[in-house]
Amino acid sequence: MSVKVIIPTPLRVFAGKQQSTEVTAKTVGDALGQLTTQFGELRKHLFTEEGKLRSFVNVYLNDEDIRYLSKESTPTKDGDTISIVPSIAGGI
Amino acid sequence: MANAAQLKISAQLADKIRSHGAETYPQECCGALLGRDTDVEDRSLYREIHALHPLINRRDDSPRNRFSVTSQDVLDAEKAATSQGLEVVGWYHSHPDHPAKPSQYDREHAWPWYSYMIVSVANKIPEDMTSWRLTDDRSDFQMEDICLQHAVS
Repeated sequence: MSVKVIIPTPLRVFAGKQQSTEVTAKTVGDALGQLTTQFGELRKHLFTEEGKLRSFVNVYLNDEDIRYLSKESTPTKDGDTISIVPSIAGGI
Repeated sequence: MANAAQLKISAQLADKIRSHGAETYPQECCGALLGRDTDVEDRSLYREIHALHPLINRRDDSPRNRFSVTSQDVLDAEKAATSQGLEVVGWYHSHPDHPAKPSQYDREHAWPWYSYMIVSVANKIPEDMTSWRLTDDRSDFQMEDICLQHAVS
C-alpha cells in the first residue's frame, strides 16, 4: 500500500529536509520501519532503545490517533496519510 | 551539530516569557516560540523569535515540577505560526525555584532542532533565562547564545 508519511518539523533535518515521504507498507508499524530505514537518524528520536515508540511521539493515521486504533498494527491502505506529531514535555 | 547556535529575541518578548513564569508561579508555565531561521543550510546561523504562543500547562497533576503540551496544542501552535508567516521553532517553560538548566527529564522528552528556553523563577521573581538545543545523539543539550534585541528609540 502506498502511504504518505508526514515528517514533523524537528525531524526534517534528518530526512533531507523533506516534509513528507512515500512508503509502501501494510501497517503503520511497517510504514514507520520503512521511514527509519530510509532515514536512519530518525530512529533514535522516534523509538526507545527497546524499540517502542517514545511517549511524546504521536502517530495519526489520517485523522485518528493510532492509540485508539490497533497501534502500530493498524492496517493501512493506498492513499492513507500517517502524521507524526510531537507532544512536548519537560520539567525540573 | 554545527557551532553554538544563536537565538535572537526582543527584550519585550523575553520579558513576556519572564512575566508568564511569574504569573504561573509556583507552577511551571509553558508556550511556543514562533520565528524563523536565517539560513536552513547553515545550522550555525541564528534563529529569530518573532512571537510567542503561551499555552496552558496540561500537567495539572504535577504542575510545580512538570509541564506538558499535547499534540493538539502543538498543531494549534503550528497553525498560529503559519498564520503569521512563521514556524514553531521551539518552546519555553519555567523552573520554579530551580536553576534555568535542562533536567534529565527535559532531555529524555526533548526533540532535536527545537530551541528550549527556560526561565528560572524564584519566589515569583524571574531570574536567569537560558536556551538549549538537544544534541543529535540525544546525550546532552547544547546551550544557545541568547541575543537580546532592544528597541531603538
